[in-house]
Amino acid sequence: MYDSSRHNPAHGPIGAMSARAVLSSELGPKGSSRIGTLRSDGSLVLRKSNPKGPEPLARRRPDVARVALAAGTAGPLGGDDYALDILVGAGSTLVLQEVSAMLVLPGLGGAGSHMAISVTVEAGATFVWLAEPIIAAHRCNHRHDVRIALAPDARMFLREEMLLGRHGEAAGDFASRLRITRGGAALYDQQIDFGPASDGWGGAAVLGQNRAVGSVIAVDPDWTDAVPAALPYDETAALTPLAGPGVAIGAVAPDSLSLRRLLIRGVNELAPPWAT
Amino acid sequence: MERQAALLLLADGRLPAGGYAHSGGLEPAVTAGRVADMAGLEKFLIGRAETAGLIASAFAAAACARAAADDLSDLETLAVELDARTPSPELRKVSRDLGRQLRRAMSSIHPHPLFAALGDAPHQPIVMGVAAAVLGLGPRDAALAILHENNSGAAASAAKLMRVDPFDVHAILARMTTRLDALAGQAAVAAEGAPGDLPSPGAPLSDIAAEHHRRRDVRLFAS
Repeated sequence: MYDSSRHNPAHGPIGAMSARAVLSSELGPKGSSRIGTLRSDGSLVLRKSNPKGPEPLARRRPDVARVALAAGTAGPLGGDDYALDILVGAGSTLVLQEVSAMLVLPGLGGAGSHMAISVTVEAGATFVWLAEPIIAAHRCNHRHDVRIALAPDARMFLREEMLLGRHGEAAGDFASRLRITRGGAALYDQQIDFGPASDGWGGAAVLGQNRAVGSVIAVDPDWTDAVPAALPYDETAALTPLAGPGVAIGAVAPDSLSLRRLLIRGVNELAPPWAT
Repeated sequence: MERQAALLLLADGRLPAGGYAHSGGLEPAVTAGRVADMAGLEKFLIGRAETAGLIASAFAAAACARAAADDLSDLETLAVELDARTPSPELRKVSRDLGRQLRRAMSSIHPHPLFAALGDAPHQPIVMGVAAAVLGLGPRDAALAILHENNSGAAASAAKLMRVDPFDVHAILARMTTRLDALAGQAAVAAEGAPGDLPSPGAPLSDIAAEHHRRRDVRLFAS
């Protein structure tokens, strides 16, 4: 249960919430995967779930651990501090879905909000994270920090999408860092910053006039010798091999729907089990 | 203050290190119709300085600090970290091509054993950092040198890609001087931390445009 006195020191911003949820999967009998820990906290609500659409790698298999992250409250709002710790145990497969987009809102007094997601994917494990968009509402002030540590033979598929404000509004201040290491060495590290406190993101080098930016990152140890070739498949989207056994599909678009379509096109350029 | 002339030497676009063959992503941006006027050029250059520029300057500063301390044990980690911050394989290649050319130039101009220790294809910011250290400059100088060289190189290419008044282009560069100073300061502070904590601001359109550019038959600049 959420207990504000435990997380939230008295001097924190008024009304701010802090939450720390924990999720783990482990290998069960006959190669199946099961949920180990499933601890929701505050606004971070974790629930066992079923396949809800195409699934790279897991291919809607019934014997993988499947969890949906839902929002228990609005937000995060300014001042909130959320953490989600995930362990994908050796040999297991965890599919993390999200129930809806995350709307990041300003809080009272302009304090910043922060969300830290830390994922460890152990030997032979597979992590599939089908995140829904994060919407940086007008005047929000949010820092999003995702760290993923992969074992050298772990597999991963994740999608991230960010929207610059709700329809017709200017984006708030937003910074999102995604850092992926493999066997302790950096594989992918990119931060996206936008909003009135940042400069240059509206120029042609970064996002231009686009209101949506996203990527898909896929890591597969089988690509160690031959990673898929670079493919700029749209004026505003490209599939690019990383310096290790992974690819990044990056896209910018005027809106959420066209961004999702561009990313799906990129994923479909990869052979099965990625393409769906 | 006593090494100012060395800084000017390193930051000078006339240093024969191949920079003139690159537009820093401006040509692909102009070809795609995303930069069409002076306002667009200024936004492009600011966006580039705040992303790829900050990364390059932080890595140059980090390499400089390590070379100055005569400890190159981190350089391979720096190269891996820089690769991780450059999703486009084309831009990774450009960085290593320019690094190789800069090392060749510096090895000839001002020989030093550190240049040989950089491996086959070092990234440009790492060579710039080592070159700065060899010339007796500090991490902030290394950061400023690569920021200025990359920024003025891209701006200069505008004259060949768009209808521009060169005074207007240099007015942009003049307005950006305070920004470059601030970014170099930020880079020097970041360089004191662990390689994994160096800044990583992404520039999605630059990555995408670089991959399109490589495949074009007709182009003036290599990147």
